[in-house]
Amino acid sequence: MDELKTPLLDELEKGEWPSFVKEIKRAAAKNPGARDLLRQLEASYREKIGHWKHGGIVGVKGYGGGVVGRYSDDPERFPHAKEFHTIRVNQPAGFFYTTKKLRDMADVWDKYGSGLYNMHGSTGDIILLGTTTENLQPCVDELADVGFDLGGSGGALRTPSCCVGQARCATACIDSMEITREITMHYQNELHRPAWPYKFKIKVSACPNDCAAASARSDLAVIGVWRDALLIDQAAVREYVNNGFNIFDRVIRKCPTAAIDWDSQKQELELRTEDCVHCMHCINAMPKALRIGKERGASLLIGGKAPVVKGAMIGWVLVPFMKMEPPFNEFKDLVDKITDWWAEHGKNRERVGELIDRIGLSVFLKEIGLPPLPQMVHAPRSNPYIFWYPEEVEKHGEK
Amino acid sequence: MGDILVKGVAIEVDEDGFIVDPAVWSTDLVEVFAKDEGIEALTEQHWKVINYLRDYFKQYGIAPMIRKLCKDTGFSLKEIYELFPSGPAKGACKLAGLPKPTGCV
Repeated sequence: MDELKTPLLDELEKGEWPSFVKEIKRAAAKNPGARDLLRQLEASYREKIGHWKHGGIVGVKGYGGGVVGRYSDDPERFPHAKEFHTIRVNQPAGFFYTTKKLRDMADVWDKYGSGLYNMHGSTGDIILLGTTTENLQPCVDELADVGFDLGGSGGALRTPSCCVGQARCATACIDSMEITREITMHYQNELHRPAWPYKFKIKVSACPNDCAAASARSDLAVIGVWRDALLIDQAAVREYVNNGFNIFDRVIRKCPTAAIDWDSQKQELELRTEDCVHCMHCINAMPKALRIGKERGASLLIGGKAPVVKGAMIGWVLVPFMKMEPPFNEFKDLVDKITDWWAEHGKNRERVGELIDRIGLSVFLKEIGLPPLPQMVHAPRSNPYIFWYPEEVEKHGEK
Repeated sequence: MGDILVKGVAIEVDEDGFIVDPAVWSTDLVEVFAKDEGIEALTEQHWKVINYLRDYFKQYGIAPMIRKLCKDTGFSLKEIYELFPSGPAKGACKLAGLPKPTGCV
């Protein structure tokens, strides 16, 4: 092997942030694939161009996704990066591990792959970076032996993910980890064998702080919420105030709907529950004094996606409140209705949010059997181009 | 990228084993591909899927969406995977000589 010269990348070993170059060099000491990856990356830095070929279709038997094929465009210069496929491994909900499990996985990956990981991919999967076509099947077989299955890719249900939820957060309104696990198990077929027009993602955040970024990064976002009054411990509020906490500047004036007030005379926090929009700000500011309500469930948001093709979308309200209790049948039933309708009407590579945008929210709601609600829109339409079904017009005429 | 031998004739395929030139497709080629894809013997059902894919591609210039494939052939997705263990894209399309699927796969 020629000497490893990476002057540009070496610059990135300086500074305080943990260096990915150091990580790759550690792997490169043991693995020729990681070594050629480093050399190819140095070439990309020098030439300012990527050196991976277009596309790549590889996989394992019985599955239509889970592996992303990748080939170097200069296999003569970087022979061990010639085949450098990525394996997506389904992570445990909330990313909790034991060292035993991680060691089991690392043993398999040291044997069959580059030894490099991404912990984790943006969707949530454990990403095993770089192996050959020949090694795919035995690697995935042995991962299954130690308890790991593949995640999703292609026109399928992608790996669901969530925030840590009730495992270690006091504002969790729902068991985000249990929902994620249950949905993942229930939809294994939809996850492993792509059958839909395009990708479909589900993410679960246990409260509106949305630590899983579900509203922006999933087609169907489950966001925990409560619908009674939030719980106030007045003594604890007083303690915040007595300790010099400026409750007016930091909480009262920041409430988006002016739903809370501080009565200086009575030394009490007042809440108008009907005005509260569950933005979380007061709870976040005074976690020892304010808590989520007792009647808990989730809001469901539909349509979140990145820009291609019709522009980026943040999910919008589909169901303002749904109880989320095992086995989550109401939720599964809705997922089935949405994906069936979308699979039937969606064009090739049309996300569900784009299909609703094309065909119209009212048609979509009618098809999946949900009533139109004021909470679904930010403002009513400003143009008068309103469609009526013929039967509605006739009924109106009779009156 | 590489060649495979079909009845003594070398045929060019890419890294993923898809044929580079659609014109070289033949029934003999399918037999050779089938072995790589873990198919023991090609049955009438395999050919129904392969012929459907070829006809669709000839008419529309693209591969059909998976739901369309299932509807038109009458096979469920489960049956497609039983016939082609690598699935409709990597398995069936490759055997039918269609271009490699692209996009965020």
